[in-house]
Amino acid sequence: MGAFKAVLARDLRVAFRRWSELGHPLIFFVIVVTLFPLALSPTASQLRDVGVGVLWVAALLSSLLALDGLFRGDADDGSLEQLLLSPAPLTITVLAKVTAHTLVTLVPLICLVPLSALSFNIPFAALPTLALALLLATPTLSVLVALGAALTVSLRRGGSIVGLLVLPLTGPLLIFGTRATDLSVNGEPTAAPLLLLAALAALAVSLGPLAIAAAVKVGLE
Amino acid sequence: MTDRVLLKGRELAVWRGDRCLFEQLHFDLGAEQLALLVGANGSGKTTLLRILAGLGLPTRGSITWKDVAISELASEQRGEIAYRGHVEALKRDLTVAENLRFHATLWGRESRFDDVLEELKLDKVAHMRARHLSAGQRRRTALAMLKLQGAKLWLLDEPTTNLDGEGRALLVEWTRRHLASGGLAVIATHQPDELAMRGALVIEL
Repeated sequence: MGAFKAVLARDLRVAFRRWSELGHPLIFFVIVVTLFPLALSPTASQLRDVGVGVLWVAALLSSLLALDGLFRGDADDGSLEQLLLSPAPLTITVLAKVTAHTLVTLVPLICLVPLSALSFNIPFAALPTLALALLLATPTLSVLVALGAALTVSLRRGGSIVGLLVLPLTGPLLIFGTRATDLSVNGEPTAAPLLLLAALAALAVSLGPLAIAAAVKVGLE
Repeated sequence: MTDRVLLKGRELAVWRGDRCLFEQLHFDLGAEQLALLVGANGSGKTTLLRILAGLGLPTRGSITWKDVAISELASEQRGEIAYRGHVEALKRDLTVAENLRFHATLWGRESRFDDVLEELKLDKVAHMRARHLSAGQRRRTALAMLKLQGAKLWLLDEPTTNLDGEGRALLVEWTRRHLASGGLAVIATHQPDELAMRGALVIEL
């Protein structure tokens, strides 16, 4: 537990000392979301129809933007080797890194999405469901993103290939996430897709760290 | 010197593509013993050290620490081995003290390092961010991490790089003390004379 806390605290501290980089995915998200109403005819009913999909896809894309830094910095300065060699289990230290990454990149994004939803004329009543669906999708997304980052850590320019690896796997998140939001916009019960998102999150958090740790090990050899 | 062999290498060979770095390499290292890895650039010193640390696998052969294969060590035994490579594993945005404290926690050690910092003449820069350190100060911080870790086996990759005369003398002194207290060290170096000690094993690659 000591190692988990130490890694989490260190990564958060490093992230906040480089705070200017934290804003990039958020700004990217805002720009993408603003471009759509400009490209489409901005009638209220049409915006509401495409809005849910646009928000989810934009959120997925901007979460990929911050991904390269997850293991790259540690790999370059040798700290990743030391994490691997330390007596603390790699699954725990990797989980701490992913948690820190989620807190500084995905959580601000989740706060931003419901705000942007208002500009798409999505009813106020649907916002809690949208936020909940995003929150439930976040652990799965973090694990997928971390897995992609770990697999490409040995490549000098892994950035573009990570997107190719990770984006197709986010399909289920997109399907259940938009479904839940759509149902909520129409005032129907949303339990089924939300529970499926929760099940995916449980799977990702329990098995993900093992896979990420294995990928990091392979990457450093 | 004790007879018990702790670090054992048998029939080690490493091939990079169709180029052989080394083969048929045997060595035994016991407590209080130092091994110096010497060889030209690209002869495989770093590769061998990384294999000893468990960061890579040899093409053939085996390495054991206390009769357990390096890749299968339990976590307490893994904590007995310290590896310091070319890069110092410093977070540039953290201060020297924060880096050291993190490192100590990771290895489950007490993070009391005032004496070590003073000995390394780093006490003045303890609260400076690592990005502002000189190359030599970075090296010294890496030595402080090594000391904090309190490992039994030291694996050092050209530790004298960027160190001034005083720093090198300190490293030699620390290595001597480490060996005297029952430790082992494998050091890759281009200046074997500086570190030459009685009973040192020289492995030429």
